[in-house]
Amino acid sequence: MLEKIKADIEAAVPGCLLEIIPNGSPSGQHSLLVTPSCAVKVARFLRDSPEFRLDYCSNVSGVDWLDTEVSEKVKVKTLVDGEEKEIEEIRKRQSPGHLEAVYHLYSMEKKHGPVILRLRTENRADKVHLPSLTRVWRSAEFQEREIFDLYGIIFDGHPDLRRILMWDEFEDHPMRKDYVEPDDYEYEPTAHDDVLAKAKLHSA
Amino acid sequence: MTRLTTIPTEQEMSPDFDDGGNEGKLLEIALGPHHPSTHGVFRMDVVLDGERVVKLKPVFGYLHRNHEKIAETASYLSSMPYTDRLDYMCSLTNNWAYALAVEKLAGLKVPERAEYIRVITAELTRLQNHASTIGFLTQEMGASGTPLMYAFREREKILDLFESLTGSRMMCNYMRFGGCRVELPSGWLEQTKKVVEAFPRFLDEYERLLTGNEIFMARAQRVGVLNKELAINAGVTGPMLRASGVNYDIRKVDKYGIYERFDFKIPLGDHGDVYDRYMIRMLEMRESLKILNQALRDIPSGPIMDVKAKIRGFRPPAGEAYGRIESPKGELGFYLISDGSPNPYRYRVRPPSLINLTVLEDMCRGYAVADAIVIFGTVDIVLGEVDR
Repeated sequence: MLEKIKADIEAAVPGCLLEIIPNGSPSGQHSLLVTPSCAVKVARFLRDSPEFRLDYCSNVSGVDWLDTEVSEKVKVKTLVDGEEKEIEEIRKRQSPGHLEAVYHLYSMEKKHGPVILRLRTENRADKVHLPSLTRVWRSAEFQEREIFDLYGIIFDGHPDLRRILMWDEFEDHPMRKDYVEPDDYEYEPTAHDDVLAKAKLHSA
Repeated sequence: MTRLTTIPTEQEMSPDFDDGGNEGKLLEIALGPHHPSTHGVFRMDVVLDGERVVKLKPVFGYLHRNHEKIAETASYLSSMPYTDRLDYMCSLTNNWAYALAVEKLAGLKVPERAEYIRVITAELTRLQNHASTIGFLTQEMGASGTPLMYAFREREKILDLFESLTGSRMMCNYMRFGGCRVELPSGWLEQTKKVVEAFPRFLDEYERLLTGNEIFMARAQRVGVLNKELAINAGVTGPMLRASGVNYDIRKVDKYGIYERFDFKIPLGDHGDVYDRYMIRMLEMRESLKILNQALRDIPSGPIMDVKAKIRGFRPPAGEAYGRIESPKGELGFYLISDGSPNPYRYRVRPPSLINLTVLEDMCRGYAVADAIVIFGTVDIVLGEVDR
């Protein structure tokens, strides 16, 4: 079904790049990677097209993918004993991490789903903008706010993008994988092990 | 933005400010976080024009403990007792939703008997949740105590059943990936049958007290209307959605577990007001009783755990899964990403309580404060789940 959705979107939204992300789990829920620039158009199409009618956006989750080291084999031409030869070399490359927003869509009218959309930011540091889909599905309103709060993705076009669970003055994004909790934390009353060590360090 | 929807500035609030006779027209108050009607620590920042609600912004996070982050640092199984604390009124359905998501992720099968036990405990959970929600609702309308205590009297019997089955009244921690934790104690099914048989009497009594009650009708009818289109677009689920007339019950749509075997109906509302939301819950309890009667009649004997399910050293293959069930509050879903390690890489709860609150402002605008409290009561939230 996902191939058909992909083909239909590509026909309806020209210039849109889509990629099917396979899922290795027995659940078999594959997802569709959408370029952020055409995400709103894709979302509108999926919601309004009489065939899919994905009128219900159930779940919006943030995911943090850290920078990873990828090693790949590259063929390089080098001179060995005065002779040119092709040698396979393993090169390590930094694959930039990204933040991801995952939308689980269902249809209340047609009673099918889920169709899973993924939007990815360019990196985890400064290019963390994604278009907000709240104007298509209101149910994303609080969930996108939550992702902004806990992951730091900035949703352009969101009507009310504020922190939702953490307090307004809070600065970091606690759900990120590399989040370090602040030192001046409220320690447990009976601190032990590393919490105790931290508490001692702090009060020293 | 019109004059009515803005909060007065500091200058406007000063005593010498001449506002052309508009003085005192708008009032900004914070309802909560400690207010008896907020079901916990929840705040609504309300702007009032006289007694009418002009603007209402919910404020969350007082109970936030980053449940999702904690679950990412723990093994799959060790999050199971923690799911009890999400919606602490309905721990068994939380367990089921999480177990279902993990079973999808790892491709586990659940034995027949365990499926029946899951249905029985989930429907009992629905009974006690709906009964007490209506109890709280009447409490908020000023019927101080009596209807709530009627509901709690019945809830008590169901919690006793939970206690004898799981060892705990509210924090049940009962389901496991691929089955249930312990076999039913002897006599439990008979006891449950007795409770189920006696329940319609309570429902009749409850309905006699409320359904045709003049005060209740005056407070509930045509209040807090939620239309179909907005309800769907805003992702409202559960009894609230069905009160607005949308036929969407995950027990029927996904047919998870063994729900396709039972004969039951989905009650639907016409108007989408407070009264419909009350009535839907009443009718759903009767349907739950139907399911319970069939399940208690048909429950087979056999194992309650999948023999292939690993309890220790459980590592689902890399991949992701989203599992959802119809919890008493709405669609409760768990989204899990596994990287093949013993902990989930990503663990996300789709909280029905939080998402149903999206439309709170739309439902309350134009009604009196006292109505806003009642409308809020029919959303049926638990803050443990809203804030996570």
